[in-house]
Amino acid sequence: MTQLTERWQPCASLATLQQRAALFRTIRAFFEARDVLEVDTPLLSRCGVTDLHLENLVTRISRYPDQEFYLQTSPEYAMKRLLAAHGVSIYQLGKVFRDDEVGRFHNPEFTMLEWYRIGFQMPALIAEVVDLLHQVLGNYAVHQLTYQQAFLHYLTVDPLTATVAELQACLSQYEHVADLACRENDRDTLLQLALALIIEPQFDAKAITVISHFPTSQAALAQIDPHDERVALRFEVYVGGVELANGYQELTDATQQRARFTQDNHLRQQFGKTPKAPDERLLKALETGLPACSGVALGVDRLLMLQTGLDDIRHVLPFDVTCA
Amino acid sequence: MANYSTNEFKAGLKIMQDGEPCNIIENEVVKPGKGQAFNRVKIRKLISGKVVEKTFKSGETVEGADVADMELAYLYNDGEFWHFMNNETFEQLAADAKAVGDATKWLVEQDLCTLTLWNGNPIAVTPPNFVELEVVDTDPGLKGDTAGTGGKPATLSTGAVVRVPLFVQIGEIVKVDTRSGEYVSRVQK
Repeated sequence: MTQLTERWQPCASLATLQQRAALFRTIRAFFEARDVLEVDTPLLSRCGVTDLHLENLVTRISRYPDQEFYLQTSPEYAMKRLLAAHGVSIYQLGKVFRDDEVGRFHNPEFTMLEWYRIGFQMPALIAEVVDLLHQVLGNYAVHQLTYQQAFLHYLTVDPLTATVAELQACLSQYEHVADLACRENDRDTLLQLALALIIEPQFDAKAITVISHFPTSQAALAQIDPHDERVALRFEVYVGGVELANGYQELTDATQQRARFTQDNHLRQQFGKTPKAPDERLLKALETGLPACSGVALGVDRLLMLQTGLDDIRHVLPFDVTCA
Repeated sequence: MANYSTNEFKAGLKIMQDGEPCNIIENEVVKPGKGQAFNRVKIRKLISGKVVEKTFKSGETVEGADVADMELAYLYNDGEFWHFMNNETFEQLAADAKAVGDATKWLVEQDLCTLTLWNGNPIAVTPPNFVELEVVDTDPGLKGDTAGTGGKPATLSTGAVVRVPLFVQIGEIVKVDTRSGEYVSRVQK
């Protein structure tokens, strides 16, 4: 249920809260051993996120009455400013906020582990994510596929060359998405529908699956692959069908970053959403120079769900949004 | 009828799909970290009874279905229609065989049934959870033989056949759970 309640008792058992604390300790020990610095950047910032499908919660501070402050959906922008200034690998373990998400795998306030590794290329960071998951979950098998390979394998359609009509024809063979596929004309929406509702549910339940090289149109803040400009150096990590982490070999070019902000805002307007001011302090940091690095964000509550075998995010939270 | 946005979706909401009123059984949000959110729903089509899964983009709107449940007393069957009456307004409604479906074997005169109405017309009839019916036919069986043989079939006055304990005799009244079709107890006349 997602209705607000007057319940006072916690959602998680004491045993689960103990496991939660132990998981935090494991994560901190993992990064301590690798000489990665813990940081805690602000969650209240004057800039929000431009991503088409992410919405910030917005608040005000009475000292600055004309300024909106955005609760961060990820500490990415602030962490990149630290990377540009200090050039050392960093991690942050803490809460982030996203509007509009309540469900079995979603709570508007959740715990994210985000880290950046100076000098790492995408494969090295993927290997590190897998190391961490092995430490927490045990020795799961690892399947690594490119986005294109995943579509060819599970759907027998090439996501990089198929036309919108071909994607619609392919998806309309699946009863649970057929109606939507037929009325939807946006290419990326069709690809996301295919990945989330057809491909991901087929992932090996007892394995870690890594999907890399997303289409350039879904690059977010990843570098474009220098060997194939149709794809970006972006990856997602799943355990079973549960999306756990999203990472990039980071875009470091300030001009390209500004172009992505502009492109995001065009899309936001096209989809009837309010554009967001680009984070000029992030852009200045990139102009000064972001060292070559890769970064990833991982949902810690979901990781705990996998570790404990609990099937609803509320059962791993002290209090979920409905009784917070 | 009002439209509903996907963020109003929940179990029990009635919506129109494929020209048929449907009841949402399950609603799950599927939201990639980067990407469009979807609502994956399981719905029961209220006329055909089929259960299907559908996916919507979060934020889409869907036409609502004017479906309401009413408690009406069963009156009689005229061979084609089953007639029910609202005990407060004395208004009568007739349901056809398709709407009554399997409920026909549990209909007892004056019992309050739940009629599901779509745009005012009955599309489904749900009998009370428990009904009391007379046994019109069953093997005599052996009195006192209660050793777990699983009982015997008995035909009730409406034509329903249920398994009853061996001691139940023709002419007795039995209480039956209509949801499972199982015998509950004997009833003193």
